[in-house]
Amino acid sequence: MSSSSATDRRLGIVGAGKMGTTVARAAMSAGYDVALSGSGPPERIALIVDVLAPGARAVTADEVVGSAGIIILALPIHRFRELPQDLFAGKILVDAMNYWEDIDGVDEELATAPLGTSVVVQQRFSSARVVKSLNHLGYYDFEEIRRPTGVVGRIAIAAAGDDRAAVAAVLQLIDRLGFDAVDAGRLEAGLALQPDGPVFGVRHGAGELSELLWAEASSA
Amino acid sequence: MTPESKGRDVNPEDIEFGLDTFVYASVDESGRAVDGDIVIRNTVEEAVLADSVGIDSFNIAEHYRPEMMDSAGHVMLAAIAGRTERIRLGTAVTVLSTQDPVRVYTNFATLDAVSNGRAQLIVGRGSLTESFPLFGFDLADYEELFEEKLDLLTRLLRDQPVTWSGTFRPPLTNQYLSPPLPEGHLPTWVGVGGSPQSVIRAARYGLPLMLAVIGGPARRFAPLVDLYKRALDAYGHAPLPIGMHSHGFVARTDDEAVAIQWPYWADIFEGAAAERGWARPTMERFQAEIADGSLYLGSPETVATKIAAVIRQLGLSRFDWAYATGRVPHEQRMATIELYGREVVPRVRELLAEPPAEPASSSAPATTDVGAASVQQ
Repeated sequence: MSSSSATDRRLGIVGAGKMGTTVARAAMSAGYDVALSGSGPPERIALIVDVLAPGARAVTADEVVGSAGIIILALPIHRFRELPQDLFAGKILVDAMNYWEDIDGVDEELATAPLGTSVVVQQRFSSARVVKSLNHLGYYDFEEIRRPTGVVGRIAIAAAGDDRAAVAAVLQLIDRLGFDAVDAGRLEAGLALQPDGPVFGVRHGAGELSELLWAEASSA
Repeated sequence: MTPESKGRDVNPEDIEFGLDTFVYASVDESGRAVDGDIVIRNTVEEAVLADSVGIDSFNIAEHYRPEMMDSAGHVMLAAIAGRTERIRLGTAVTVLSTQDPVRVYTNFATLDAVSNGRAQLIVGRGSLTESFPLFGFDLADYEELFEEKLDLLTRLLRDQPVTWSGTFRPPLTNQYLSPPLPEGHLPTWVGVGGSPQSVIRAARYGLPLMLAVIGGPARRFAPLVDLYKRALDAYGHAPLPIGMHSHGFVARTDDEAVAIQWPYWADIFEGAAAERGWARPTMERFQAEIADGSLYLGSPETVATKIAAVIRQLGLSRFDWAYATGRVPHEQRMATIELYGREVVPRVRELLAEPPAEPASSSAPATTDVGAASVQQ
């Protein structure tokens, strides 16, 4: 797959909010060509992208999907059902969304999802290769605590998904963004990465993050 | 020295120093819960004190929760108006999405009249959202609700009579509302928590911007300040004021401020951890928020130095300080207001009148600094 080749540095981001623009900046620092879309026409986010992610391209969601093999979904989660179900066919789709009742309102399906919200996202976009990742740190961490490979004290980010080649590609992306990458296992293991989970919102190194996820998997 | 390296231009005398309160149900000094009606009267006393020590504005939040008594701030503000002469009286924030803008207008135009022109508003979402189910709104409609209600409110403020129609309330036809507002009264700010689209919206409506920085360093908001300025320009508006809201506590010494505020702060975040899935509070995180985050806490000198730095860094013309987080007793709230008005605010103005420190020796990073290490591979 071209999307996971070692030389491919193209990234698509759906969502031009705090998270989308911050990841865009981090990715551009890592040498990626980044295309971003927001809700509505590209003109609506042109100024945002120009100021907050200069160098990225503001385009339509369709153009984002066409621009790269890896697409990051960085919307408020209550908006994800507004996207066409086949939009991401064949693409690696990084679900960076979290469900917050205070932001998203009461959504029974997401609030009670026994295997985690990313499984719901995968069901919706059944032709996409969904990987849950980039959701368990604060958005600002993407620029404040990025470190080159091998630096002592580097923070880790986990990725969970059923398509192992897709997970491998996302692990590589995480490393390039400036974090140690931890394979969390199957998509339903993403439950441990959610708010309320054992690793959410706290910065961990790779060893510690792996141990916490292992402990969670063993107790489940 | 380039303009970027010394921070943004500010005039110390023009800066508005406000106090914000959530009217927390407090405890007394022996730790017993104080009845809600007493908490409300205590808050009026706190505002009267704020006026007497020279603070520029007193602003009340809006919640519908057992631990906060701020469900009808405008009534409290009217009581405060009757006992003060000078201090401006406002909200922080009015949850406009779940209010009727017609009622917001009539309440606050009346407050403006009884206070002789001292009313002001910040409209926004707030970080807690219990008002949506309470008043029968769907949080998923947040964007549409806020947009529509801000549209109607600005029309009511700017060009009565108003003919207007929308989705969430009945239309208005050639509607005048009483009392009329004198030109320029009831300044209305838009409160934002970091969403770029919210910043753009404030600029589109030509309204001043209030940044709520309730976690982490304020420099994260520097790009949004740039975005706001660019957007104002793009929409053809003149530059408008930018303010910021953060929490804190001041006592005689740094140690005393930490000792008083920590248990109440921890209490709030224990609740948030249980309710919202956040990480549990630790002393380490508390100290990090004080050292390089959103808490303006410590001795008068410590707090003044930090406030002066952020005002310079972001080019603020208003700083609202949410004094005493959580169930801090009334007596300690009064003491912190007294220190803030008599020592911190004059000291901030003094610091801002001095030439800025060289960046190399300053703790305030340049606004374009996004972290020490970038990844180079």
